Amino acid sequence: MNSVNTQANIELTSACYDRKPVTGEHTLQELPLSGKINIRGDSANAEIFSALEKAISITPPVIPNTKVSNDNVTVYWMGPDEWLLVCDIDQVSTISEKIRQHLGTLHHAVTDVSDYYTVLQLSGPQSEALINRGCPQDLHPSVFPAGSITQTRFGHASILLDRQADETTWHIQVRWTYAEYLWDYLVSAMDAL
Amino acid sequence: MFLIKCPWCGERDQSEFHAHGEAHIVRPENPDQLSEEEWGDYVFFRKNPKGLHYERWVHSHGCRRWFNAARNTITDHIYATYKPGEPKPEIDVNDPIHGNPENQR
Ligand SMILES: [Zn+2]
Repeated sequence: MNSVNTQANIELTSACYDRKPVTGEHTLQELPLSGKINIRGDSANAEIFSALEKAISITPPVIPNTKVSNDNVTVYWMGPDEWLLVCDIDQVSTISEKIRQHLGTLHHAVTDVSDYYTVLQLSGPQSEALINRGCPQDLHPSVFPAGSITQTRFGHASILLDRQADETTWHIQVRWTYAEYLWDYLVSAMDAL
Repeated sequence: MFLIKCPWCGERDQSEFHAHGEAHIVRPENPDQLSEEEWGDYVFFRKNPKGLHYERWVHSHGCRRWFNAARNTITDHIYATYKPGEPKPEIDVNDPIHGNPENQR
């Protein structure tokens, strides 16, 4: 039987570990691994909603494509029965367990998706135009101001776009296996500016 | 390129969506009592109208929710989109602007 090269030395905390951070007028880097918890439960069910609210000590957003944050967590609206909670990677099991306890036998699902997605940070004066190279959504600040979030696409990759307070920095969450595709696409878009 | 209104996210580019055929097909309650022909109809046979079509769409690159749309297969005009479980909206296919071309002014 042939032996299998498992590449055991690579620590899988980065999806773009062999891409060098881009510096200059526009910057691109992968953020350190964060904790991500996918929460399913009907937001229209008052019992489920208040139990979840209690468990995570913040009111989950019910308006499509919005987020809420406190010092510990950010919660994104993903669908009428779905949220994504982003936290410190060390907090995932504690928070997940708390949600499970509060929701008990109510119809719900809590899934650790920390290593299913990664987040790229893009910054620079023309970052909006760079994203629009692969994303069809209107990102003009008049309709998509700082603090806005949206689920959309970049090329073939589904992304969660989070516009930061300074307006020209973006957190782009993407599936782990699409991260290098997104990275290379953004770098070639920078070259074409 | 045209815009499609997701019942949750609002108007988005067409390329964020995928279409998945005829809507409002109800799964038979007693499959074991159906004839092979009736079961075949349920599984395989779909309407292919020229004009108004009620169909299923999914916002694949957005909220990933399924919904229904009433679309004109001749003009590609989408009259309405609505959430699953909601009744079919009444559509006027003689609408002088968005109806079938033979009825247009
Ligand atoms: Zn949507």
